[in-house]
Amino acid sequence: MDATALLESTGALLPHMTVLVTGLVILTLDLFLTPRSRYLNEVVGLIGLLVAFLFTLSTTGAPRQVFMAMAVVDYLGAFFNATFLLIAALTILLSASYVRREGVSAGEYYALILFATTGFMFVAAAADLIMVFLAIETLSIATYILAGLLREDPRSQEAAFKYFMLGALSSAFFLYGIATIYGALGNTNLVNVAQALGQGNPSKLLLMGMALLIVGLGFKVAVVPFHMWAPDVYEGAPTAVTAFMTAGPKAAAFAALLRVFFQGFTTPEVQPWDPLFAFLAALTMILGNFVAMAQQSLKRMLAYSSIAHAGYAFVALVTHNALGASSLLYYLVAYTLMSRGAFTVLMVVARREGPLYAFDDYAGLGTTHPLLAAMMALFMFALAGFPPTAGFAGKFYVFSAAVQAGYYWLALIGLLTSVVSVVYYTRVVMLMYMREPNGAQPIPRLAPTTIAVLGITAVGILYMGIFPGGVMRLAEHSVAFLFQAKM
Amino acid sequence: MIPIPHYLTVSAILFTTGAIGVLMRRNALIMLMSLELMLNAVNLSFVAYARLHQDMAGHVFVFLSITVAAVEAAVGLAILLTIFRARATVDVDNLHLLQR
Repeated sequence: MDATALLESTGALLPHMTVLVTGLVILTLDLFLTPRSRYLNEVVGLIGLLVAFLFTLSTTGAPRQVFMAMAVVDYLGAFFNATFLLIAALTILLSASYVRREGVSAGEYYALILFATTGFMFVAAAADLIMVFLAIETLSIATYILAGLLREDPRSQEAAFKYFMLGALSSAFFLYGIATIYGALGNTNLVNVAQALGQGNPSKLLLMGMALLIVGLGFKVAVVPFHMWAPDVYEGAPTAVTAFMTAGPKAAAFAALLRVFFQGFTTPEVQPWDPLFAFLAALTMILGNFVAMAQQSLKRMLAYSSIAHAGYAFVALVTHNALGASSLLYYLVAYTLMSRGAFTVLMVVARREGPLYAFDDYAGLGTTHPLLAAMMALFMFALAGFPPTAGFAGKFYVFSAAVQAGYYWLALIGLLTSVVSVVYYTRVVMLMYMREPNGAQPIPRLAPTTIAVLGITAVGILYMGIFPGGVMRLAEHSVAFLFQAKM
Repeated sequence: MIPIPHYLTVSAILFTTGAIGVLMRRNALIMLMSLELMLNAVNLSFVAYARLHQDMAGHVFVFLSITVAAVEAAVGLAILLTIFRARATVDVDNLHLLQR
């Protein structure tokens, strides 16, 4: 690879490079900031994300491989990039007041968020298994540190340790999977893997490698039965980080699943792991929703709800049709907005990190803080899947894709578990409007950044719910190339 | 010369030993060591397969994976250190704040 090719490849991945460089700039800049000019961290971060977003918009043309077929630039990657940049931008906005309140060192915090985002983006651009591994490690290691950010808080320490141990364990499985596939094929390029599997009669070694990959990615997505770490970690980590973790690494793992198991396998023939994926999706939806119902802490409930939503997104993976792939992208954006909104309200109402995010905090919120309560009600209804919200449209597309692919039973389980989920989401709404205020401390005035997050997420949820066509068309456009060759 | 399947068998045994160590041992330091064992087992697989295919890529993967393992060990030890400072123990049975 000569210098021109190297420059060209780097140029093709400008969005990724921008985010990485922004992270490094913040890390350096933070050393020179006084407490009064700390806000510059957020400003620089947001500007960097905006520039990266503009670079992402300029993606055009057919998929093209860069860095000696290690990465690929295409519309699918661009769509994921936009989603990840949205996640990072909302996280920076919702963390602004949180970081000050909890006394977290802002420079490292934002730099780690941006490094993790770089990892997400490289997962979505990966064209080789080893690249998927490196990108997943980049994002995982940044998130391990983020989970343990409140160094003095034993709960945060415990969350970081559990996340690290199980994350590293899953990485080892993933890497062993790569080694096995390398042994079976002699290389790890995703296109070659897809070809080898498409010829039928794959060797036992290759199938074993794929199974190890499923275990590794299953841990990252927190799909049942690889979910044991998720509730504890989501509960113990700082709330702003939990909000980041439930959306970012999960969406990135779905990007990896799409790249590894979807690209090249869009033929209608059943792949050997399809029944397994369908089974995992069903299990995840059932367990996530039923256990969420029994929770006493709202934060832990949202953790289980995030597991349940991963189950819905997993349904889209099983379908192998264009609607399935585009509905997965739609669902990830929708979930990002819904969960970001809900976690922001959680952070505002809880005031300080405490051992319990009790439901009682929400009693009478409808009378004391009508606007905040209305927002929370919107987020809860969206998560439950009521029309006209993004949650409804997302579930509608996913289940339609399942029906189209003939997975009626999976769509049915999805519908039934959605009904179950209504119980625990409306519980919060009931508390806010049907109960007298319990005389808790009034909530301090909201920071402008927090208001911005609530506004963006609420408008986004309603827009995507009432006019789902816009985002859906983009999603369809992004996955179109996966299906062109076959049709 | 030792045939390649022997290396792969050793690698599988090491990987399983490491996985069992992570899941069964209660001392966080030993868990971390078991984790390293798993990653090194994978490295052994990589070089064995690279030899099998007469391909250099496998060797390069080993370097990448060693780097990642070093980073993981650094972060893991740092997390352990915060836990040790707060509790003066690294026994994972003491980590139960988050289970109801």
